[in-house]
Amino acid sequence: MRQYPLTFNEFKQGLQDGKLLGLRCLDCGTVVVPPGAVCTSCGSSKFERDSFARKGTIRTFTVIRVGPEGFQPPYVVAMVELRDGPYIVGNLVGIEPEKASLDLIGKSVSVGARIVPPESPEGGVEGMAFAFELE
Amino acid sequence: MREVVVLGVGMTKFGRSEHSMKEMFSMAALEALEESGLESKDLQALFIGNVLGGFEEGQMNIAPFLADEIGMRHGAPATRYEGACASATVAIRHAALMVGSGVYDLVMAGGAERTTIMGTPLATKTFAMGSHSEYERFTGITFPGIFAMVAHQYCAKYGIALADLKMSMARTAVKNHHNGTLNPLAHFKKEITVETVLNGPMIADPLQLFDCCPFSDGAAAIVLADAAKFKNKVRTPVYVAGTGQGSAGSTYRQKDLTRMAAREAAVRQAYDQAGIGPSDVDVCELHDCFTIAEVVALEMLGFAEFGQGPAAVDRGDTSLTGRIPINPSGGLKAKGHPIGATGAAQAYEIVKQLRGECGERQVNGAKIGLVDTLGGDFSTVCSLVLRRD
Ligand SMILES: [Zn+2]
Repeated sequence: MRQYPLTFNEFKQGLQDGKLLGLRCLDCGTVVVPPGAVCTSCGSSKFERDSFARKGTIRTFTVIRVGPEGFQPPYVVAMVELRDGPYIVGNLVGIEPEKASLDLIGKSVSVGARIVPPESPEGGVEGMAFAFELE
Repeated sequence: MREVVVLGVGMTKFGRSEHSMKEMFSMAALEALEESGLESKDLQALFIGNVLGGFEEGQMNIAPFLADEIGMRHGAPATRYEGACASATVAIRHAALMVGSGVYDLVMAGGAERTTIMGTPLATKTFAMGSHSEYERFTGITFPGIFAMVAHQYCAKYGIALADLKMSMARTAVKNHHNGTLNPLAHFKKEITVETVLNGPMIADPLQLFDCCPFSDGAAAIVLADAAKFKNKVRTPVYVAGTGQGSAGSTYRQKDLTRMAAREAAVRQAYDQAGIGPSDVDVCELHDCFTIAEVVALEMLGFAEFGQGPAAVDRGDTSLTGRIPINPSGGLKAKGHPIGATGAAQAYEIVKQLRGECGERQVNGAKIGLVDTLGGDFSTVCSLVLRRD
């Protein structure tokens, strides 16, 4: 049986330990964060694990005013380009949603995460959401 | 591939319905069969789009129950296709491919959805299940939110002022609502103004209420057949001239949300198979789940240069009498969006347009039509080119 190179649970534990774990493709050097089964550039499955910079740049965002059941709007969702190349989607925290404007695009952020407990004791999984803070 | 002909189409009124999904689909299906001059026992297979049946009516495995409901003989296969909002178009494409390749001679495709019984909180929660469940869902991202991020990224990429983009978006809503007033089956039949859009409550910045399509109930169906054997059964044969489908990863894997690889691949396949280009298209039903979605779709489908979608809207290119009429039905915005039925309703509209049966919203002389349906965070997109002689 093949091994999955870096599982969701391992990645999530890394975030809880203050690390942004990921994969570097041994064939083309592409960084894959969050992890996947194969390189997003060349399709290779030859990886080394590493810990990557928790830094990035906001590429787009929105303020959610009507959220799914269980969320408390307003809150900001942003897409960030990590310093090592991959994009991730997370919440921009530590900012008044009313102050969010197009000026946010291009701003530098640090990358952390919020761990979300399972929906009920009977079922569901512990989840995670990336959390960004303006530098 | 053999030539595939449309023998009949049917559709329910979109909006809030007291009917069950089985009842709605039956109404659409029997209408399509009646147009075809055929009976359900003649159908060799059923291809159904449905997304949230399990949450809506607690109904899984809906396809065989729908087949039985409309009187298909037991033994004929019925399959549900799920590609979020593109489900019915994916179902139609696979039906057309099966007929084209000679597996079947006569089939039905379509979709049914009953979103409104969920109520808005459960509906937004289940819709959001279309986002990546490990790495995006717990941010509380919503579909309006994803397209809101498209709008902001579009402004940054092309250096366009948000106020200007929002004006083009608002004009798109006004146009689709106008078209909806001309469609007896539309969810909303009410003219709105640019001010209506710009004064609405904010849903996901910069999208306001009237930038968003509604949740609707509804069903639509289409009968497809081998043209050599069946085209003499219909007065104005409409052919499936090309189909295409593409996939892509979730939002964070796609990076540039103003360019959707799945859509660009899907429409290219459909155009190539039909031997046409965008300038040959006379009428188009595209996936305007949000106003910004229509603006950027114009570019990816080849109706405007990249970065020029807003200008095309502002010129009136997309109105009923414009250079390329878009969403004469009212689109998802005004006709409504019963998720798993939407693509079949788009195909219904294009078939009716090509037959010249659309009354006040008829695009004069339309011979070639395009269906473009986008699923989820544009990770599934499916296209159909339909044409008449
Ligand atoms: Zn690689």
